[in-house]
Amino acid sequence: MFDRYSIFSLARNALSSHQNWPRAWRNPAPRRRYAAIIVGGGGHGLATAYYLAREYGIRDVAVLERGLIGLGNSGRNTTIVRSNYLWDASAQLYEHSLKIWERLSREINYNVMFSQRGVLNLAHDAHGLRELRRRVEANRLNGIDSEILSTAQVQRQVPALNCAPDARYPILGASFQRRGGVARHDALVWGLARAVDALGIDIIQHCEVTAIRQAGGRIIGVDTSRGPIDARTVGVAVAGHSSVLAHMAGFRLPLQSHPLQAFVSEPIKPVLDTVVMSNTVHVYVSQSDKGELVVGAGMDGYKSYSQRGSFPIVEATVNALVELFPSFRRLKMLRQWAGIVDVAPDASPIISRTPVGGLYFNCGWGTGGFKATPGSGHVFAHLLATGEPHPLGEPFTLDRFVTGALVDEHGAAAVAH
Amino acid sequence: MLLIPCPWCGPRDETEFTCGGEAHIVTPRAPEDLDDEAWGEFLYLRTNPKGRCAERWVHTHGCRRWFNVLRDTVTERILTVYEVGARPPQAGDD
Amino acid sequence: MTERNRLEAGGRIDRSHPLEFRFDGRSLTGYRGDTLASALLANGVHLVGRSFKYHRPRGVLGIGAEEPNALVQVARGAQTEPNVRATQLMLYEGLEASSQNRWPSLAVDLGGLADLASSWMPAGFYYKTFMWPARLWPFYERAIRRMAGLGRAPAAADPDDYDHMHAHCDVLVVGAGAAGLAAALAAARCGARVILADDQSEAGGQLLGERYEIGGRSALAWVSGAMAELRAMSEVRVLQRTTITGHYDHGYLIGCQVFREPGQPDPVGVPRQRLWKIRARRTVIAAGSIERPLVFPDNDRPGIMLAFAARAYCNRYGVRSGSRVVVVTACDDAYRTALDLAAAGVGIAAVVDLRPSGSGHLPRQVRARGIEVLIGQRIVGVRGRARVEALRTQSSAGGAIREIACDLVAMSAGWIPSVHLFSQARGELQFDERLGVFVPLGRLENVVCVGAARGTASLRGALQDGFFAGQVAAQACGLAGREEAQDIATVEPEEAPLDWRGIFGAASLGGRQFVDFQNDVTVDDVRLAVREGYDAPEHLKRYTTAGMGVDQGRTGNINVLALLAEARAEAMTTIAPTTFRPPYQALSFGAIAGALVGPLHAPTRKTPMHDWHAGRGAVFENVGQWKRPRHYPSAGETLQAAVDRECLAVRRGVAIADVSTLGNIDVQGPDAEAFIDRIYCTRMSALGIGRCRYGLMLRQDGMIFDDGIAARLGEQHYLVSTTTAGAASVFAWMEEWLQTEWPDLRVYCTSVTEHYAQIALSGPRSLELLGPLVDIELDAMPFMSMREARVAGVPARVFRLSYTGGPGFEIAVPAGRAYELWTTLFGAGERFGIIAYGTEAMHVLRAERGFIMVGHETDGSVTPGDLGFEGRLAMDKPFIGKRSLRRADLLRLDRKRLVGLLTQAPDCVLPEGAQLLDEPIDSPQSAAPVAMIGHVTSSYFSAHCARSIALGLVRGGQARLGDTLYAWVDGRAIEVTVTAPRFLDAAGKYAYG
Repeated sequence: MFDRYSIFSLARNALSSHQNWPRAWRNPAPRRRYAAIIVGGGGHGLATAYYLAREYGIRDVAVLERGLIGLGNSGRNTTIVRSNYLWDASAQLYEHSLKIWERLSREINYNVMFSQRGVLNLAHDAHGLRELRRRVEANRLNGIDSEILSTAQVQRQVPALNCAPDARYPILGASFQRRGGVARHDALVWGLARAVDALGIDIIQHCEVTAIRQAGGRIIGVDTSRGPIDARTVGVAVAGHSSVLAHMAGFRLPLQSHPLQAFVSEPIKPVLDTVVMSNTVHVYVSQSDKGELVVGAGMDGYKSYSQRGSFPIVEATVNALVELFPSFRRLKMLRQWAGIVDVAPDASPIISRTPVGGLYFNCGWGTGGFKATPGSGHVFAHLLATGEPHPLGEPFTLDRFVTGALVDEHGAAAVAH
Repeated sequence: MLLIPCPWCGPRDETEFTCGGEAHIVTPRAPEDLDDEAWGEFLYLRTNPKGRCAERWVHTHGCRRWFNVLRDTVTERILTVYEVGARPPQAGDD
Repeated sequence: MTERNRLEAGGRIDRSHPLEFRFDGRSLTGYRGDTLASALLANGVHLVGRSFKYHRPRGVLGIGAEEPNALVQVARGAQTEPNVRATQLMLYEGLEASSQNRWPSLAVDLGGLADLASSWMPAGFYYKTFMWPARLWPFYERAIRRMAGLGRAPAAADPDDYDHMHAHCDVLVVGAGAAGLAAALAAARCGARVILADDQSEAGGQLLGERYEIGGRSALAWVSGAMAELRAMSEVRVLQRTTITGHYDHGYLIGCQVFREPGQPDPVGVPRQRLWKIRARRTVIAAGSIERPLVFPDNDRPGIMLAFAARAYCNRYGVRSGSRVVVVTACDDAYRTALDLAAAGVGIAAVVDLRPSGSGHLPRQVRARGIEVLIGQRIVGVRGRARVEALRTQSSAGGAIREIACDLVAMSAGWIPSVHLFSQARGELQFDERLGVFVPLGRLENVVCVGAARGTASLRGALQDGFFAGQVAAQACGLAGREEAQDIATVEPEEAPLDWRGIFGAASLGGRQFVDFQNDVTVDDVRLAVREGYDAPEHLKRYTTAGMGVDQGRTGNINVLALLAEARAEAMTTIAPTTFRPPYQALSFGAIAGALVGPLHAPTRKTPMHDWHAGRGAVFENVGQWKRPRHYPSAGETLQAAVDRECLAVRRGVAIADVSTLGNIDVQGPDAEAFIDRIYCTRMSALGIGRCRYGLMLRQDGMIFDDGIAARLGEQHYLVSTTTAGAASVFAWMEEWLQTEWPDLRVYCTSVTEHYAQIALSGPRSLELLGPLVDIELDAMPFMSMREARVAGVPARVFRLSYTGGPGFEIAVPAGRAYELWTTLFGAGERFGIIAYGTEAMHVLRAERGFIMVGHETDGSVTPGDLGFEGRLAMDKPFIGKRSLRRADLLRLDRKRLVGLLTQAPDCVLPEGAQLLDEPIDSPQSAAPVAMIGHVTSSYFSAHCARSIALGLVRGGQARLGDTLYAWVDGRAIEVTVTAPRFLDAAGKYAYG
């Protein structure tokens, strides 16, 4: 495979002033034909390629990336990893992913800095407490660690949090998933790219798909900015641009692409150990190893492919942040950015066949895709390799938009009386 | 922050408005005649265009009137606004 | 004068106002007009901080927003603020600042050991190690986290105030340097509404640090004149200390104005900072430029400073940053530093020019002063650790190394235009070979860069740029330009071009050459990253962290990109710089939040009777923005005891509740009947006038989204009630359908929630109480009907209905009269033992009767059929969501449906949200995943039933009547029996007793 990274290799290379480190991944030119193509060099696409090779022995694969790998949503998220979803189908899929996260650094020999510092979801009213109980108990019965913390326990866990009973939205309790946490998003992409490359798969950057070629109702290849490439199996994992690719293939998806913004503070010494999320006031925050507070906002209310959001969303998020953490008002927003998230009506992903034979889509992850990256890749690889949905992926096919069997995580989170 | 030209109130900040999604999705006249697939298509499938996009907005914190906006989803440029029920302006007239 | 490096005279400081301040506990002095940085330098303090990764000693590098090193912690307690740039912090009496990221002290920092281990810590080293054994990662990580970070967050809530200001203008000019002032003048003279925003405490920009002339007088006199003219114009607003930091779509810009420094006392009640939200028709960016550092071994040592900074500290603040200075440069401009410092009496050891020749006008002037000029040099290194002691240089052709003793190195590799705001607005950049930097590619429709911000090097050019852009901007706003000769004569010698290619020390030199001072990124790091394949600017930045520090790489990015091009052996023109994103300068969360903190975080809505509730000791709960009384405990009473008492009063006597928060929408028009029928899945058109009916509203996908009572007030007039939280969304939804889908319907909807207050009188004695107070025959009113009446003289709508399932009335009155009526009713009820009841009792009472509650029994995935409403669906009429109900999944027989649940033990109250199982299990760990067949949606102790009751959604629903299920609660399976979802019989008695 590759020269392994370790403390020993680091020491050895220190002796040669680090002059001999090899490239983490090659930069090959595309070949004319592959057994399978993955469109999208983000985490999901790379993870799919990784499992295609590792689990199904399919190595004649190209990952086509329009720009540079990992700079879409993979590099624009708030790096939270958790699996405490309400519905069984979601919980099991995200837990599958979380289990992979727990061994991923060693598996791909790249430290993705998965840091299980725990995820708190705050409840601010009776409705929130009820939904929290429902979710926590469901998580436990699904074998997912989850517990309910009292306000006092929350305060102990996060001393900086405003747990005063007279707060505008007082904290009445929280769910806590200790195995949840954060990871280094770029490291996930680079680590997967290095592993994928070592398995013989071509990662081709600056290669934009411009057309989907079909014959007899099935796919035969793609046209790209670097020429046509043949393949009988094509998996698309392009998040916010899924509708664009679907349009090329001649069908529509139940997706809307929205800006999702996030920002970081200047780096400060450790002040927040756990991930704190609140649906009521709409903010989630953690502190990175570098010391920056990483803060996630809600989606902008309109569609956009511009990778930029609107300032009022930042304002609302900051309002929520300083409501929860009044001492953070003196800290400063250092960088702000936005991704393009593809949202399905039920806020659940789509891992599915399409009307075009041999063409598969993995999309609709909305605001929750990062945490699912390795699991998503694993489940999608199964679909690509076998043509059949992975058991964990069955509830997430396009069929649900015909039958009405939606997995409505959005409704579950958002309804208030 | 977008500056949206409400046809009734003039240009106003985006925060006064709510976006209601794609325009010109025609509600089937006889839903009962559709099979689940056709109905699901109406309910859920969207063009989600990159570039020029006709969409519905409502001036929530203003006149509360719905209207259509032709906007570029890449540049955020608003090309025109027009009444509900009117046909979308033809391409190339911005 | 106590400051040893303060010049006898000169500078723009106010020497009549000495100030005392403390740095790391040391008491020092400066003057009004000083920044902390200038005051520290005046006191001979160069070592001000430790770097992020290697904890290397660092000194002041720059003079403004570009500063990467001099970040300090200011003030104490709740007002303490980390990462404040000493170069921008205006000195005030009593200021306390301390250095950051060091322990135990700045001089002796144990973190500095990292510097010794630096060969083990190249870019991205942490991705390659700490993986094994996995269980140790949390320990490694804790150590990493402690080493990282810079300053400390305060521990207590920020006591300061912040506010927001909205502003509109024709032309926003960013920066009040030469170009910005010219642009503002030109636009304002045309009659444009102008906002001129400048980040410094006074206008002038770079001119403040130079000794230039404009029109034959000092440039600063010209600045004063321009400012006087601008201030005299009514349509011009000048904002000093205001950094425009975010440039968003459609001409929307965000600025932050600083009124007080951290910890600075506030004698007059001004906010600490103000966030400006500016909508500008045209924006002229005159944000100036930032000097580019040179790259050579140990170029980060304290005492090595940007050349402009060195002369500006002298010219503007009267500070000599050293006493023996070496100027190192790749351009002519830095020769000014030698000239200005020499003129101030500072010893200049030499000017070291990296270019092969130095024969321009400025070098000649320097030589004429007897200062040695070395040309064709390369810098081999420096001596000195906490302060530079000597510069080591040799001819680029090789040869002997010469060591020049010095205590200040002033360096320059030219200037970097501040294009951030242009790039934020989607402006494209291109590489300028002559300047060696990225400059704006043309202009945007409404945005233009002028002066140094677009790479204009000369003062004359900057003035011309500014005047022209100001006029064009005003004309674009429909204002006539005024042709006017501008006196912009300047004296500027020709300058020889920059040699930006020569600014990097050779790889063979050894020693670490820093390109990003704050994040400790070296030339070797960049080359390593390229070698490993992180060879695109964005990957490189992320892998090395170059440009990701608090200074956002203002000084370093260009050198990183140039190194990247060199390592890839490609031209700079092939390199696309990374996108600049807001904010240009870090923006405090306090300023962003403004006044909307604490009680103002969200609006609080109160009913007219709120004060009465509060006076009776009500415990309130938040329902949306509303405050609703949850219960009214007597002294020492528990929640359950109060709720029991309130419930029993409703079942046995009479009780009163405030239901004003429920939404009310008035629906009128010739087609009101047709409209009402379409929005409810039940039939409403059959209602007689004066009759009411309960109904469900569905989304187009068939799922319940709200419920309530519709009352028919007239032939063409309905009143629709909604849930408290649903009021706004139901109203918006009705409008949406009317305007976009059913424009043919002549129907008018009005939200009247706040117009009326509504009072519920519940209980068997409610009729007795209310009867004598009304001018209608209550007895004659059928259940679910409405009459207009006067209640105790107040015009009212009296509804005979109840959400409690027992006898009762609801009385809606104009909000202004509600308090009066409430107290009248309560007074009249006292002989019946009336008490008030809150939302918790309401929940219990409705659950006894089996009434669903949106948000309890529904969650966006529940259909009318799931709640047992299939029989009441009016399938013979169109309604929203109807077609969806026929979809395969919604017809499944094993859907979760509403049932009642009774525990074995009558006093065991299941927690709401508990999951239901078919079989008991010991622990989920062994059995997971366990099949869940439903969950508890509502659960209470019912005093009336003398036992606990619960509602739940269970797979199969009432097909499972009588079955035993298990509720999983805190690791325990509790046996429950499935019943019908109601617990009272027709007579209102407990049905299963």
